[in-house]
Amino acid sequence: MLKSGGHIDRDTEVITVQNVSKSFGDLHVLRGVDLHLFKGENLVVLGRSGTGKSVLIKLISGLLKPDLGTIEVLGEHVDELSEKELQQLRLKIGFSFQNSALYDSMTVRENLEFPLVRNKRHLSRGEINHEVEDVLDAVGLLHTINQMPSELSGGQRKRIGIARTLILRPEIMLYDEPTAGLDPITCIEINGLINEVQEKYKTSSIIITHDLACAKSVGDRIVMLLDGKFEREGEFDQIFDTDDERVKPFYDYNFIT
Amino acid sequence: MIKKIQRILIELANIHRFVMRFYREVFMPPYEFKEIIRQCYEVGWKSLPLISLTGFITGVVFTNQSRPSLAEFGATSWLPALISIAIIRALAPLVTALIASGKVGSQIGAELGSMRVTEQIDAMEVSGTNPFKFLVVSRVLATTITIPILSFYTAGVGLIGAFLSVNQSENTSFTVYFDQVFEAVTYLDIFSLVLKAVVFGFTIGIVGCYQGYHSSKGTEGVGRAANWAVVMSMFLIFIEEILIVQIIQAMRA
Repeated sequence: MLKSGGHIDRDTEVITVQNVSKSFGDLHVLRGVDLHLFKGENLVVLGRSGTGKSVLIKLISGLLKPDLGTIEVLGEHVDELSEKELQQLRLKIGFSFQNSALYDSMTVRENLEFPLVRNKRHLSRGEINHEVEDVLDAVGLLHTINQMPSELSGGQRKRIGIARTLILRPEIMLYDEPTAGLDPITCIEINGLINEVQEKYKTSSIIITHDLACAKSVGDRIVMLLDGKFEREGEFDQIFDTDDERVKPFYDYNFIT
Repeated sequence: MIKKIQRILIELANIHRFVMRFYREVFMPPYEFKEIIRQCYEVGWKSLPLISLTGFITGVVFTNQSRPSLAEFGATSWLPALISIAIIRALAPLVTALIASGKVGSQIGAELGSMRVTEQIDAMEVSGTNPFKFLVVSRVLATTITIPILSFYTAGVGLIGAFLSVNQSENTSFTVYFDQVFEAVTYLDIFSLVLKAVVFGFTIGIVGCYQGYHSSKGTEGVGRAANWAVVMSMFLIFIEEILIVQIIQAMRA
């Protein structure tokens, strides 16, 4: 049973990462990583801070280039695309940033209009307004439409960040630490929203987190990044059914056993 | 030592790549006209009070400082000609650029720096918008367009400040003063002002954007970007001033 009630098409891979390595100077962050995301799936990537989880989704979206290996998104090799082709591919990928990355100088409405106006130039003013109101309604924050990002709470900023990515109707969602820095109630709301997004917009998602409650609540499948490689893969209970000292503290801390 | 030289060379290569990217992208659609106009307003209109004050004071002070030397030779009647040449050839573009590099350059460096460290630039990139075009090209064009306009404005305000000083001491009328001012100025002087202002404007924009766009290390990086935007653009402005003066002198000869 899926967390969202959606359907996973295990014959269709929307993201394929093969043998990807990435270093920053002497720091080897990823060491030959393989990853597959199936259509309609919510895949959670667990791992300690600084283990390269965010680097992985930045590689997938083409913000960083891998030192080794290949990344295929929706059938296209990300590292072989021209700037223009990459820009077109990115329209199909929604990226929700850890700190929301809302444009400080713009209102919520302008934040949401920004990608729409630039990428769907044929839309009329009325259609743009309709789209903006529709996604804001989907995240339950229609009333904040004229507010500035500085007037919003952390949870609201996260929701608006997600709404901004949804406005382009992406096929894939990449969530970078969606619950980081939020109170437990807001975390539950954000987890619910991730599942709602998958169900309503039929997205396939990668969720980067070290919050096990989030992983348990949204993940159809979980992979664990340890020492630059995916060491464990499976459903929530399978992942933590181990005596591995690198894995156990995660569970013990999160569920206070 | 070798590592330091290596770092400097890498930085120079990055700057070269950044400038080349600007030239490549400036002619390619889509054109962000709305953002360019908004930036022109930010750079130009919002700098006016400061530019007005500095331009006016420059005119008054330069006149007061020049008068005693000319008075020694009984040549105070040459004041309008001297002032106009000094203001139009050198002071107006230089004062405008220095003020703008402090006000606008630091603002661009801090703004883009903070957008970089809060991932707003990455957010633009992943949402199918070219952040270089939207943020860098529009700001560099805005400074390149507005600094020449501001320089003419500074020259005007400076000449009015100088007139008040001349009028008070020498009782020269407005018409006589401006007749002498325009008589002394050649087309080459105007060209010199425009050339300098365009180069200075481009420098302020590109340096501020480069520093901000490549900012890192959190809030410390933002501060450093703003600081370096000012220091580097002021340094380059003085170097460019020397070079342009040599070129204009060669054209004059």
